[in-house]
Amino acid sequence: MIDFVYLVPLLPLLGFTTLVLFGRRLGEPAAGWLATAAIGGSFLSAVLTFFGLRSLEGEERVVTKTLFEWVPVGDFSVDVAFLVDPLSVAMILFVTGIGTLIHLYSIGYMHGDENYSKFFLYLNLFTFSMLMLVLGNNLLLTFLGWEGVGACSYFLISFWFTDEANASAGKKAFVTNRVGDWGFMVATFLAFATVGSIDYLTLNGTASQMSTPVVTGIVLLLFVGAMGKSAQFPLYLWLPDAMAGPTPVSALIHAATMVTSGVYLLTRVNGLLYEVTERAGWATNLIAWVGVGTALFAATIAVAQNDIKKVLAYSTVSQLGYMILAVGVGAYVAAIFHMVMHAFFKALLFLGSGSVIHGMDNDQDMRRYGGLQKLMPITAGTFIIGWLAIAGVPPFAGFWSKDEILLGAWDSGGLNGKALWLVGLITALLTAFYMSRQVFMTFFGRYRYNDPDASEVDEAWSAYLADAEATSVSASAAAAETAQAHTDAIAAHAEASEAFSTAKIDAATVSGDDEESAKKAIEAADRALTSSAEAEVETKESSEAASAAATTASVALGDAQAAESARSGPALGEPDDAGEAASFLPEAVAARAEHHPHESPWHMTAPLVVLAGLSIVGGILNLPFTKGLHFLEQWLEPALAHEHVVNASAATKWILAFVAIAAGAVGILVAAQTYLQHRRDPALVERPILADAWGYDRVVSAFMGGPGTKLFDAIAWFDATIIDGMVNGVATTVRDGGSVVRRLQSGFVRSYALGISLGSVALLVWFFVRTAA
Amino acid sequence: MGELTHNYYLVLGAVVFSIGAVGLLVRRNPLVMFMCVELMLNAVNLTFVGLAWGLNDIGGQVAVFFVMVVAAAEVVVGLAIVVAIMRRRDGATSDDLSALRG
Repeated sequence: MIDFVYLVPLLPLLGFTTLVLFGRRLGEPAAGWLATAAIGGSFLSAVLTFFGLRSLEGEERVVTKTLFEWVPVGDFSVDVAFLVDPLSVAMILFVTGIGTLIHLYSIGYMHGDENYSKFFLYLNLFTFSMLMLVLGNNLLLTFLGWEGVGACSYFLISFWFTDEANASAGKKAFVTNRVGDWGFMVATFLAFATVGSIDYLTLNGTASQMSTPVVTGIVLLLFVGAMGKSAQFPLYLWLPDAMAGPTPVSALIHAATMVTSGVYLLTRVNGLLYEVTERAGWATNLIAWVGVGTALFAATIAVAQNDIKKVLAYSTVSQLGYMILAVGVGAYVAAIFHMVMHAFFKALLFLGSGSVIHGMDNDQDMRRYGGLQKLMPITAGTFIIGWLAIAGVPPFAGFWSKDEILLGAWDSGGLNGKALWLVGLITALLTAFYMSRQVFMTFFGRYRYNDPDASEVDEAWSAYLADAEATSVSASAAAAETAQAHTDAIAAHAEASEAFSTAKIDAATVSGDDEESAKKAIEAADRALTSSAEAEVETKESSEAASAAATTASVALGDAQAAESARSGPALGEPDDAGEAASFLPEAVAARAEHHPHESPWHMTAPLVVLAGLSIVGGILNLPFTKGLHFLEQWLEPALAHEHVVNASAATKWILAFVAIAAGAVGILVAAQTYLQHRRDPALVERPILADAWGYDRVVSAFMGGPGTKLFDAIAWFDATIIDGMVNGVATTVRDGGSVVRRLQSGFVRSYALGISLGSVALLVWFFVRTAA
Repeated sequence: MGELTHNYYLVLGAVVFSIGAVGLLVRRNPLVMFMCVELMLNAVNLTFVGLAWGLNDIGGQVAVFFVMVVAAAEVVVGLAIVVAIMRRRDGATSDDLSALRG
């Protein structure tokens, strides 16, 4: 039944080819169902392969299935062959299993997307590449899959490429991974140059005969490759940005499968790692410290993120750090155990977050969630199970696997081991804290979707102040205008009374007919005087009213300014109230309140329920109590070169477990006090520097965009001028030489004949001279 | 006159060969050049035969047969080329046929 292994990568490949040819014609949802069926069939084949392998005995469980010889070069040969052993079978089981669930989920999630069939085409291609990576029996075939998953990751991150941010996130992932791939390639070359073989069985088998620098070099270079794919410091930068892709992609590629391939690769060459531990312990210790350092570093960043997917992204980086730590201390079973458990609960959390985002009209800001457990009961219930699993609450899956890793770290010996354990423990506490924060902010508390943001409240206040100021300015302008009118009226009145007196004096000096007209003039002047007196009174009243209004407006402005400067942030856990500025809130706030969150359709919730079930019982795979319960360890044993022995006593194990539980409990309690009971200001932990990822991303980007560009331009110049120049120089020399030599080819037969004759004579002379001497 | 030795044949062969070689170099008519080549080949044949007789070794005579067969084949190809050229242009001098110049 082991031959079913051929079907495992073949079915996704067939699904991919069919979708390439007929995807558009199949359309929605047929394309999605086809892709899901391909992966489902692949999963069934993987199960049959598993049973086939199980029917063999212990050491026979390492089978190489060769398809054909790929690269035959002299003594060196690379086959396209599958290494079917407990490790690769464990991997293909969970890759295809979780892949099937996520394909099913995507049918609903990608509903209505214009590139529906293209999405599934990429997903199938990704699964095929991942299976080649896992099943390949040599570094080159694994590298083929390694690049295949990298390319698919690039396609899928920038799936919605019309948005500039998504397109550049894809490029960032692609370019950052090239750095890691360099390590992988050089490791392959080194293995080829020194061992003459690149298949895993030979490498692991001959590890003890390799020289120390070689074996250390291969392991560290492969670790550089793992740093890229498994997002370890300093190459983790691409993973948080990779969340720009659709959520099922984040769940499948950037949480469950592809990012674990670095850990898988290192476990695959565990024979080499064992030799390095024995002879150059500093190298594996470096791996362990990079792992645990990344775990802590990413956990501190996750604490301050507000985007629901960013929290999960940093959490993934942190959990991958745990796995690398396990590999570094030689606890390979724990690494694989945690990898599988993490695939369960992190895929669950990502799909749950996708369901939330889907129901919240694509809003990813957790500050606008709250109280969703009433509106999305299935999503909330399963998400809470995922949270308990990752936070290390017994008996959920994550508790068992994380404990194994911490035990492995403690047991790796000396103060160094204790230090590794302590950092891991602090990370566990932070993990419990930030995951609880996420759950409390999303599913509990008040429904905050229609609350205005702090920035929106600020906006409302400044609009309010601007309005009061405009009123005050226009009122004082009106006051000035009416005062001017009043002054004019007084002047007019004075003029009128002057005119009246002049008229009277004129009347006194005239007589006869003129007397009559002088009388009329006096009467007119008198009327003018009366009306100007009335105008004066009128303007005086309106001026007084306007100046009173101006005073009121300026007082109102003063009040508004005082209110603005006196306004304090909202009480913890209360909505940010715009108060008297409420009518100036942007329209977006009212528009948001129109939206009603809803639960997702069944093919989105069904995978959640299955994954939640696995997250509850997953720990059964490797319970620590008796030897008989170490199913995973016994299963993996034939694939591991050396058994990892735990020296710690039972009492130590119990104490370590209780300390870990206590750390998790502290994390959850602090988060509950802060985000449920609002007894502490969240700003105490959500520091800007943490939200900014310690500024590392920014510094790297600034370097790459600034002085780095000059460096890369210089390298590009070197390549174009020196390297290409050498190649082109050879070609030019040959061509120029040819154009000189071609003149000898004159086309005259007789000159050729002359050449032959002279040549023969010269040869004859030479022979004679030689024989004479 | 002394005794007839194979040296006479060798000298005669050398003279005929030289006439052929010089003729090949100085004449331009392909037909004449052909005859010169034949002269050279037959000069060599003569030396072969002469030496075979002088040294009493049948090997030289065997070589002559090979040379004659090859020469016959060469004449067939060569004359065919000359005829083909004559069909396309009137008259032929070898210096006109320099289309294969580099």
